[in-house]
Amino acid sequence: MVEKERVLKINKKFQIFAYAYLLFLYLPVLLLPIFAFNDSTIISFPLNSFTFKWFAGLTEETYLHESLKNSLFVAISTSILSTCLGILASRASARYEFFGKKSILSFLILPLFLPEIIVGVALLVVLMQLGLALTLWTVILGHTLICTPFSIAILNSAFANMDMSLEEASLDLGETRFGTFKRVILPMVTPGLISSILICFTISLDEFIIAFFLTGTETTLPVYIWGQLRFPAKLPGVMALGFLMLLLSLLLLSLFEYFRRRTNRVIDDQVNLEFGNLFKS
Amino acid sequence: MDRAISLFDTDSKRGLSLIGLPFGFSLLLLAAPLILIFFLGFWKQDYLILERSFSLDNYIEAWTEPMYRDLMLRSLGISASVTFATVLLAYPMAYFISFHGGNRKALWLFLVTIPFWTSYLLRVFLWKVILGYNGVLNSLLDWLGLIEEPLTFILYNANAVVITLTHAWAPFAILPIYVALEKIDRSYLEAATDLGDGPLKRFFRITLPLSMTGVVGAALIIFIPTIGDYVTPKLVGGKDGLMIANMIQVQFMKANNAPLGASLAVSAMGIVTMISVIFLTFNRRWLRKRGS
Repeated sequence: MVEKERVLKINKKFQIFAYAYLLFLYLPVLLLPIFAFNDSTIISFPLNSFTFKWFAGLTEETYLHESLKNSLFVAISTSILSTCLGILASRASARYEFFGKKSILSFLILPLFLPEIIVGVALLVVLMQLGLALTLWTVILGHTLICTPFSIAILNSAFANMDMSLEEASLDLGETRFGTFKRVILPMVTPGLISSILICFTISLDEFIIAFFLTGTETTLPVYIWGQLRFPAKLPGVMALGFLMLLLSLLLLSLFEYFRRRTNRVIDDQVNLEFGNLFKS
Repeated sequence: MDRAISLFDTDSKRGLSLIGLPFGFSLLLLAAPLILIFFLGFWKQDYLILERSFSLDNYIEAWTEPMYRDLMLRSLGISASVTFATVLLAYPMAYFISFHGGNRKALWLFLVTIPFWTSYLLRVFLWKVILGYNGVLNSLLDWLGLIEEPLTFILYNANAVVITLTHAWAPFAILPIYVALEKIDRSYLEAATDLGDGPLKRFFRITLPLSMTGVVGAALIIFIPTIGDYVTPKLVGGKDGLMIANMIQVQFMKANNAPLGASLAVSAMGIVTMISVIFLTFNRRWLRKRGS
């Protein structure tokens, strides 16, 4: 009994720490809606009255609409491209043993460990040397590079959890390799594909540094926000915009969570394992 | 796989042909640019024209000029502090979720990751609002009557950068440590208790060494990228909190001295990689000593 009481006491201490830490993690996010609805151009306390005018103001910013369109184009292209690359790499990794497998895979997830500014600068230098113009496509290439590791991590578990006998059955019944891949394997990993697309989309939509280095005249949403942060008068509008983006991210994240759970049938044990697998050394 | 893998058996061929495209993409867009940037450090730039003659001048300048050296040392100090603080805070959280989370583990992990899906730029900016002279924290402390004058050591210096980055990288520490803790066979812990280990001794003899892979993974994935953080020092660092990435950006985009920027970038990466390798070696040695 004494032992049990002590365990409960320790548990309580951990719980207090966990809630305090959680508060620290949520502090900035909680401020976002507060200032988005606060009727004052200055971002500080005490608060004024409640208003919707910052949201209404967003509808008149044509430059914002332009960069939102650009960002959506970049994020959609990036999510499709990196998921395609992710399919190839993780299928190879989950199904085959091949020469140099370990080194090739570690090389593919290297961007995860590199500072983004290095990736941005390095790509910028190559493009300058080749004399290529900076467009949204150069941003897409950079984003695809940093999103592919996430796609590989997610799809690896999807391919590894797949029942191989179904694939063999399809081959035995006379389907070609490509036909089997298209009609048997891909449908089985669809939830994984969707979560990969959602995660890459979200990362690309929020990525700033690479976009900052690689955009030409057309800017993405984070580059637009960066420009706005210099003007105090624009800040409440930026808060409103940030709040809307948070809602969008939460929606995408919930969708991701839903599909991830369908990828991994055993929910509790598998939570975030695809992410954790990156660190298996 | 026991047998040696030859380049030419069917499995090998199929695997390689699948991974060929992503590998080629990474070679072209990652390996080639990194090699180019390494060589760029040896070249010279005259306004917009690159002069491809070999010289060590840029590297010598990057390593000897006091301004660059100070920036580099400060960046390393900030990255190391951030890594240490983040792992120190994240470990008990991951431990709590893994050992006391009950059937709410998934919920806790979800709660921990949600804040990080807000725009990164805005999160950093909001820290400026929190830590500022008339900011949230100072208003709160003043309202509670704990301070007479607003605290000024928490904004526009290295402290602010460390606080903000410790917040920004939290999930990258919590998740890998959690995964490592989850993998620990709970029967080892029971065995240790049965053999007379107290909770503390048991933690240091079993739990910590077995979860070290997660701690090391977390440390590396935080330490290496934070050295190149540009946004946080620019927004909350003030003059005394600027880091090497800010200088790299200036050299590339404003000073038109890409070769010097490249040599700074390569030097920073070289130093960080070396520190990581030393860290890994020490960790391996420590684990081996524990294991025996």
